[in-house]
Amino acid sequence: MELVQMQKSLQDYTKSLFLEGVLDSQFLQLQQLQDESNPDFVSQVVTLFFQDSDRILNDLSLSLDQQVVDFKKVDPHVHQLKGSSSSIGAQRVKNACVVFRTFCEQQNVEGCHRCLQQVKQEYYLVKNRLETLFKLEQQIVASGGVIPAMELGF
Amino acid sequence: MSIACELSNPNLKKTKAAESSVGKWIIISKILLFRVFCGLLCLSALICLCFSFSSCICNNKQDEAAESSSSSKGMLFRNQNVSRSEIDAMLSLFFDSNQVTSFECRKESNDPGMLENYGITCSLSTRVEKEEEENEEEEAKKIKRHVAELMSSSSSSFEENEEGVHHELVVLFYVMNKWHWWWLVLSVLVGGHVIFEFHQRKIEVSSFLQDKQQCKRSGRWRKNMLRLGILAGVSLSVLWFWDTNEQLLFQRKETLTNMCEERARVLQDQFNVSMNHVHALSILVSTFHHGKTPSAIDQKTFSEYTERTNFERPLTSGVAYALKVTHSERERFEKEHGWSIKKMEIKDQTLVAGFDPAPVQDEYAPVIFAQETVSHIVSVDMMSGKEDRENILRARALGKGVLTSPFQLLKSNHLGVILTFAVYNTNLPHDATEEERLNATIGYLGASYDMPSLVEKLLQQLASKQTISVNVYDTTNASSVIKMYGSEVGDMSEEHISSLDFGDPFRKHEMHCRFTQKPPIPWLAIMPPGFALVITLLLGYIFNEAINRIASVEEDYQKMMELKARAEAADIAKSQFLATVSHEIRTPMVGVLGMLKLLMDTDLDAKQMDFAETAHGSGKDLISLINEVLDQAKIESGRLELEHVPFDLRFLLDNVSSLLSGKAAEKGIELAVYVSSNVPAVIIGDPSRFRQIITNLVGNSIKFTQEKGHIFISVHLTSEVREPFETEDEILKQRLGSDETSCNTLSGYPAVNATGSWRNFKTFQDHSCDKKTELLVTVEDTGVGIPFDAQSRIFTPFMQADSSTSRTYGGTGIGLSISKRLVELMQGEIGFVSRPGVGTTFSFTGVFGERERDSSALELLDQSIQEFQGLKALVIDSRNIRAEVTRYHLQRVGVSSVDIASSLATASGKLVNLDLVLIDKDAWNKEEYSDLLKEQPSTRPSPKIILLATFTTPSELSEIKSSGLVDEVVMKPLRMSVLICCLQETMGSGGGKKRQTNRKPKNLGKLLRGKKILVVDDTAVNRRVADAVLRKYGALVTCVDSGKAAVAMLKPPHDFDACFMDLQMPEMDGFEATRRVRDLEEEMNKKAECSRKWHTPILAMTADVIQATNEKCIKCGMDGFVSKPFEEEELYSSVARFFDK
Repeated sequence: MELVQMQKSLQDYTKSLFLEGVLDSQFLQLQQLQDESNPDFVSQVVTLFFQDSDRILNDLSLSLDQQVVDFKKVDPHVHQLKGSSSSIGAQRVKNACVVFRTFCEQQNVEGCHRCLQQVKQEYYLVKNRLETLFKLEQQIVASGGVIPAMELGF
Repeated sequence: MSIACELSNPNLKKTKAAESSVGKWIIISKILLFRVFCGLLCLSALICLCFSFSSCICNNKQDEAAESSSSSKGMLFRNQNVSRSEIDAMLSLFFDSNQVTSFECRKESNDPGMLENYGITCSLSTRVEKEEEENEEEEAKKIKRHVAELMSSSSSSFEENEEGVHHELVVLFYVMNKWHWWWLVLSVLVGGHVIFEFHQRKIEVSSFLQDKQQCKRSGRWRKNMLRLGILAGVSLSVLWFWDTNEQLLFQRKETLTNMCEERARVLQDQFNVSMNHVHALSILVSTFHHGKTPSAIDQKTFSEYTERTNFERPLTSGVAYALKVTHSERERFEKEHGWSIKKMEIKDQTLVAGFDPAPVQDEYAPVIFAQETVSHIVSVDMMSGKEDRENILRARALGKGVLTSPFQLLKSNHLGVILTFAVYNTNLPHDATEEERLNATIGYLGASYDMPSLVEKLLQQLASKQTISVNVYDTTNASSVIKMYGSEVGDMSEEHISSLDFGDPFRKHEMHCRFTQKPPIPWLAIMPPGFALVITLLLGYIFNEAINRIASVEEDYQKMMELKARAEAADIAKSQFLATVSHEIRTPMVGVLGMLKLLMDTDLDAKQMDFAETAHGSGKDLISLINEVLDQAKIESGRLELEHVPFDLRFLLDNVSSLLSGKAAEKGIELAVYVSSNVPAVIIGDPSRFRQIITNLVGNSIKFTQEKGHIFISVHLTSEVREPFETEDEILKQRLGSDETSCNTLSGYPAVNATGSWRNFKTFQDHSCDKKTELLVTVEDTGVGIPFDAQSRIFTPFMQADSSTSRTYGGTGIGLSISKRLVELMQGEIGFVSRPGVGTTFSFTGVFGERERDSSALELLDQSIQEFQGLKALVIDSRNIRAEVTRYHLQRVGVSSVDIASSLATASGKLVNLDLVLIDKDAWNKEEYSDLLKEQPSTRPSPKIILLATFTTPSELSEIKSSGLVDEVVMKPLRMSVLICCLQETMGSGGGKKRQTNRKPKNLGKLLRGKKILVVDDTAVNRRVADAVLRKYGALVTCVDSGKAAVAMLKPPHDFDACFMDLQMPEMDGFEATRRVRDLEEEMNKKAECSRKWHTPILAMTADVIQATNEKCIKCGMDGFVSKPFEEEELYSSVARFFDK
C-alpha cells in the first residue's frame, strides 16, 4: 500500500515538475533511454549535469566579478550551460540561459548579473527537485517497487 | 600661271591624303559627324562659289579663264598698272607653299570683316615642308598664310601705288570675289575645329566626371555648334548680299563708262569732221581768193557758198575769213575796201562788234568774208579780241586748227569756241618752222562752234539720253575749269570722266557723265540673301528649340534614372526588411506554437481546450502567412532557388487533394484530380513549390466557391494541348469542345472554358518543341469569379480583387503573386480566365525534367496493382468528365478495362462479366438499382458494387451500407491509396492482412544498427545524452569533447560512418573542424585515387535552427544538421540520406 502511495506521489511529483516547467519532454526522452543495459542512465547524466553546471556557474561568477568583463569568455559558458540544460530537459534553466545570452550580446553587465542570479536560482531549483525525485525513486527501488513509466503524452 | 596652278594641284592631293590619314587615327563618331557637317558646308560653299564665279566671268566679259588664279591675274593686269613680274611674284606667293616663306599677316582695318573670324594678329616665320602637312591644323595654317600673303601683297602694292587707290580696291574686290568663299569655308572649318578641340580637351579632362555633366556639356557643345552655324549663315547671307550688290554697282559703273566713252567719241568725231571741213574751207579761200587775181571770191560769193555748204559743218554757227593786214598796209586796205578796220568790244559780257575804228597795232586781222549768220563781224579786227588774237597767233604758228577757250558767243549768247585755221600763201611742208609759217600767213579762217547746241544735237542722236547727264568741261587750266555744257543734276556720287581730243593739243577737254537718277534699291541683291538669312534664322530657331528639348528630355531622363535607382533600392530594402522581419517573427512563433501544443496536451477542461486550440490555429495561420511573406520577399530579392529532385506528380496531387478535401467537403464542393496518361510518372522538379502553387490555387478556389459546383485539377502535357485534334485524351477533348454555357463539367455546374486561360501563353505560340516535359496544369472552379476590373491586378502582391474581399474571405492576396513568381521560376506562365458568377480557371505551365519510373518508391503499391490487373470495371456516372476521372484513377491502380455508362438504365446491357461496378452517388437510385439487379441473371457471382460519394452524412452512409446493396462506399476525391484499400477490402484479395495502417516502414534502429558514429561536443551532458540516444538505435558511439580531437579521429583512414558535431565549441568550433576534416579527406583522396573516396557525413548539432546557420553548415562542408536535443523523426530523416542506400 505504501509502495503504491509512493509510486503515486512520484508520478504526481514528476507531473508537477513538468507543469511548473522545470522539466520538459527531453527529460522524458532521457528516461526512455534508460533500460536494462543502462539502469541508472538518467541519474548519471543528471549528476554529470550538476558537476558541469557547478563548474560553469562558478566560472561565470568569477568572470562577471571582474573589473572588465570579457564577454567573449562569458558567452561560451552560457552556451554550454544552455546546451547541457536543454539536453537534460531543464527547461527553465535553458530559458534563463537564452535571456542571459541576449544580455551577453548586448554586453550588458548589470543584466548579466541579474541573469546569473536567475540562472542560479533556476539551477538550484531544478537541482533540488531532481534530487528529491531521485530520492523518491531510490525509496521506491529500495522498497522493491518499480518506477512507473511516465506517460504524460507529450 | 599655269605652272602655279599645277603646283597647287599636288598640294590639294596631298592634303586629301593627309586628311584621310587623319581620319584613321581619329575614330570618334563625333568627329565623323563634324566632318560630315564641314563637308556639307564646303560643298554648299563650293556651289555658291561656282555661281559667283560664272556670273563674274559673264559680267566682266572676260576670257574664259576658269582658273581662279589666271582670272585674278587677268583682273590685276587689266585694272591695275602693275607690272607683269609683280603679278607673277604675287601669284607665286599664293600657290607656292613648298618653299621657305617668311610673311606677316595683319589684321587689316579695311578688310571686310573676314579676318574677324580668325582673330589672328600673328607674325609667323615657318618652314613649311611637304612632309609636315600631316594634319588639318597645318592645312588651316597654310591657307591662312595664303590669305595673309594675299593681304600683305595687296597692301604693299597699296602703299606703292597711291594713285591707284580706286583700282587697287577693285583688285581687292576681285580677289575677294574669288577667295571670300574659301575664307568663309575656312573660317567655319577653323572655328569649328577650334571649338571642337576645346570641347574634346574638356571631355578628356573631365571624362571621369559624372554623366550628368557630360550631358550638359554635350548640350553646350550643340549650342556652340548652333551658334556657329547661325553665325556662319548670317555672315554667308551678308556676304552674299555684299557680293551681289558689289556686282550690281560694278555693272552700273561699267554701263556708265561705256555710255560716256561712246558719247565722247561721237562728239570728238563729229567735231573733227566739222573741223576738217573748216580746214577745207581755208584751203578754198587760199586757192580762190589769194591764188587768183583778181580774186574769185567776194563777200557775196563766200557767204553764199558757206551758207550752202553749212550742212557739212553742222556744228558751226558760222565761218568768217579775216585777212592779215599789217599796219603799213592798213590805209591801203581801208581804201580798197571802203571801210575802216573796226575794233572788237566787250559789252555786258557779250562780244559785240564795235564800230570804233581799231586802235593802231602792228597787225590787224579784219574780217573780209563772213557767213550770213555772222555777217555783222565783217570789218571787225579779230586781233583786237584777246581770245581771238591768241588763237590767231597760235594757229598761224602751228598750222593746225586751234580752239579758243569757251566764251559767250555774239548774239546767240551761248557758250562757244572759235576754231581758227591759218591760211598760207604757199603750200608749206609739214615740218615748216614757225618763222616760215608766220611769213607765209596771209589770212585766217575762223569758225564758231556753239557748244550747247552742238552737244545737244549729238546727244539727240544717241540712245538712252535720259538715263545719263553729260557735262563737258574745258580743263586747259586745271585750276579754273570752264563748263561748256551741261547742268549739275543727277547722282553726283558716281561719275565717269572721258577725255576729249578736239585736235588742239593745247586745249584739254573732258566729258563728265553721270546717271540722272540715284541707283535703285538693289532688290536683286537683297532678296536671295534675305531669304537665306530668314531661312538661317528659322533653322536656328528650330534647332535651338530642338536642342532645348533634347536638353530638357535628357534632364528628365537623368531624373527618371535617379528616381528609378532610388525606387529599386527602396524595393530591395523592402524585400530585405520583409525577409528579416518575417524570419524574426517566425522564430518566436515556433516557440509559441510549441508551447500551445504542449498546453493542449495537458489537462485542460473543454473551455480551456477550445481557447488553446483557437490560439494554436491562429498561430498556425500566422506562421503560414509569415512563410508566404518570407517567400515573397525571398523571391523578390532573388534568393529563392528551386530544387531539382524526382517526384511523383500523381502522388503529390493525391496528397494535395486529401489535404484539401476536408475543406472542400465542408463547403460541399466536389474536388477531382486528373492527370493525363501521357504525363510521365516521375518528373524532376521542386515538389514542394509545385505543391505550394497547386495548394494556393485550389485553396483560393475553395475560398471563393460557395456551396455548389466543383474544383477540378487537371494536368496535361503542353504538347497534347498544342495539337488538340490529335489528342486521345477524353477529358481534354471534352473540355476543348465545350462552350461557356455547357454544363458538361465535373459537377454539372457551368464553368468557364479553360482554353482561354492558356491562350496567351507563349509556349503555345512558338512551336519549338523542347526535350523537357512541359506540363499544363489547370484548376477550374465554379466560384464567384473575379470582377473584370480587378483581373488586371490579380497577380500584384497584396492586391485582392477589392478591399472587401479580404473582409469577406480573409487572406492577404499574396498567394497568387507568389504562385506567379514560382511559375516563372519553373520557366512557365500563369494565366486565368474568369467570369463573375460562373467561375474561374487558372492555368499554369512549368518545365520539368523527366526520369524513368522510380521503382523503389512504388514497390509497395506495385504489388497491389498487380492484384487488380485484369479486372473489369464499369463506371456509372451521369457526368462524362467525372466518369473519365474515375476511369483515370482505376487505371492508375491497374484496372485496365473500364467501361462507362451514363446511368443505371443504360448500364443494364453492360453488366455481363464484370468484376466491379462503380456508381456515382448522383446516378444512384435505389429502386432503379434494385430493378437492375433483378434483371440480372445470377449465374455468376455478381460484380462488386462500389458507391462513389462526394459528401455524405454518416447516417446516410450507414444506411446505404446496411441496405446491403453496395459493398463499399468511397469518399471522393479519389486517391490511389484510398482506392487500393477499398479494392483490397471489397475484392477480398489478401484481405486486410496486407494493409499497412502504420506507414512508418523503417525505423532508426534498422538504419543505425552497427554504424560507427563519432559525437563531438564539449558539454559532457550533451555527449552523454547523444551517446545514449544513438546507442539506443544500435549505433556504436565514440565521444570526443573538442574539435581538435574530432579532427584527429576523423583523419583518414578511419572507420566512422558518420559524425555528429556541435557547432559552438571553445578553441575550434564545428565549422572549423569540419573544414579541416574536409581538407584532410581531400588530401587523402588525391593521394589514393584508386581506393574509395573519403567523405564522412558530418551533421551539425545545433540548438537554433536558423536558415542562415543551415546555409553556413552546408557551405563549410557539412552534410546536414539535426536540432539538439534529438528528435527521432528528424534524426531519422537526416540520417536516412546517408545510410538508406
